[in-house]
Amino acid sequence: MSVIARRTRRRITNIVMFAVTGACTLLAVSVLFFILGYLLWQGGNALNLDFFTKLPAPVGETGGGFANAILGSAKLLILASLIGVPIGFLGGVYLAEFGSTTPAFVVRYTTDLLNGVPSIVMGIFAYRIVVLPMGHFSTLAGGMALGVMMIPIAVRSTEEFLRAVPNALREGALALGATKWRAVATVVIPAALPGIITGILLALARVAGETAPLLFTAFGNLFWSPGWNQPTASLPDTIFKYAIAPYEDWHQQAWAAGLVLLSLVLVVNIAARLILRRQTSISRG
Amino acid sequence: MPSSTTIAADAGAPRRARKLARRLQRGDQIAHVITFLFAATIFIITALLFYELYTSALLTRQKFGWNFLSGTTWDPVALEFGALPFIYGTLVTSALALIIGVPLGVGAAIFLAELAPIRISNGLAFIIELLAAVPSVIYGLLAIFTLVPFLRDYVAPVVQSALGFLPFFQGQSYGVSLLAGGSILAIMVLPFIISISREVLLAVPREQREASLALGATQWETTWNVVVPYAKAGIIGSIFLALARALGETMAVTMVIGNDPKINLSLFAPGYSIAAAIANEFTEATGDMHISALIELGFVLFCITIAVNAVARLLISTTTRKSGVT
Repeated sequence: MSVIARRTRRRITNIVMFAVTGACTLLAVSVLFFILGYLLWQGGNALNLDFFTKLPAPVGETGGGFANAILGSAKLLILASLIGVPIGFLGGVYLAEFGSTTPAFVVRYTTDLLNGVPSIVMGIFAYRIVVLPMGHFSTLAGGMALGVMMIPIAVRSTEEFLRAVPNALREGALALGATKWRAVATVVIPAALPGIITGILLALARVAGETAPLLFTAFGNLFWSPGWNQPTASLPDTIFKYAIAPYEDWHQQAWAAGLVLLSLVLVVNIAARLILRRQTSISRG
Repeated sequence: MPSSTTIAADAGAPRRARKLARRLQRGDQIAHVITFLFAATIFIITALLFYELYTSALLTRQKFGWNFLSGTTWDPVALEFGALPFIYGTLVTSALALIIGVPLGVGAAIFLAELAPIRISNGLAFIIELLAAVPSVIYGLLAIFTLVPFLRDYVAPVVQSALGFLPFFQGQSYGVSLLAGGSILAIMVLPFIISISREVLLAVPREQREASLALGATQWETTWNVVVPYAKAGIIGSIFLALARALGETMAVTMVIGNDPKINLSLFAPGYSIAAAIANEFTEATGDMHISALIELGFVLFCITIAVNAVARLLISTTTRKSGVT
């Protein structure tokens, strides 16, 4: 009798515990749908053409848009790519193809370290390096902060995809008499290029949503920011400022901006991950 | 004299070939040097980051020394800077994030690795990885308007009527609080815990499971007594990684923690975290001493997250190496 009782107890524990883990999964997955749904519901109403074409309205007036913030974000991302992509890409090539043990170990270790630096600390760094010498906030400083944040992600994905290229390709090129750099430049890198590019896109999507490093580098701006030397608005920064402001109308606009930013980030992420998945399944199969 | 020119050409050919080979080899060296320079830039940037943080916190370090970490007053007007309220806020919110996030995350990882068919598991893991891509300011935006009122209107009254005698749940609840900061962090670290733990669990060799099942253990007993212990180091590594994220997270916490530099035992009371203090006060800092104090806060945060990250990497790499051998 007790044997049967124990067996039922064990069986029930089995079912209950897995049900609990299932509930955990359901909860985690539903968070994304909650975020998406809520933003669509709240932001969808506030989103209109003005949002993309107009400047923010002065306090007290309704309407207006975030055109300057959208352009600002684009400019910041261009600057970030100019810093992050060359260093990240060539650094990754070094680690995968040329690195000798000790220097490569040091570089890999510092890349991990840099990846773990909190984003707000990156803001302080850009403030010390760019804002302080220039004497004022600027697009340049914000782009630099984001660029440095891009580096570790770009390095890692570049190295990973170069390593995934089969050695037979390298050996084939070398056997045909190519020198190492030609083999790398004309055979290995082209083979890994789709992966590397999607990795860099993911890095861009990641820094596109960063707010903390921009607070005291790009600073924010209610107007257009001509050139690269002036403070500029950006989408994430504007969302932050509008969300904590006490005006209902501003909250609506924060929702709209949140919806735009989230859509951008998710579209890039989904596309990149699908491409990567196909890529890896091809190279494996 | 045609014959002599041919001889000369023949003698020149290997020399030219050698020259060409040497030049191409120099191409290898050039490529090596160029990529090395860019890789070295990464090292230089990281070193510069450390140096800048260290030197620009000189003022407060000279004035307060180690007392900076233990001081409880933060008064920019009186030039009195003690970081303990911020350190407390950071530690409490991160601890809350782990207390809420770890059971949920590990549970979900177990479900995805052990029970769900691989196709469904991959699909759900994909969705969960997307959660990691959501910008933190969007988590903050949602938290302000959904989580904060929810905690204030529903959670606080219920908890206070049941457990109100404990010091952790006393006092007026405004919604913005340590608990709000901890809860949003819990949601934000979930994807890190789940995706890494899932991978570590999936890497556990099949034989381990089969042996346990063959001995008559139920599937749950196998999972809990065999698979999870086997993957323990990796799971703990994922938790440390989540901790590093939580400690350094800025925007979402800034938006819901209440920004009050006091040490309150109550989780319903507002608090302040290191990152939030830097975010809020940096542009309004009144003088060199204030800036220096904020940068020293940043330096403290930098050191803590670096240490936690290092532990995480170590733990995760030991498990993956172990499963790589078997």
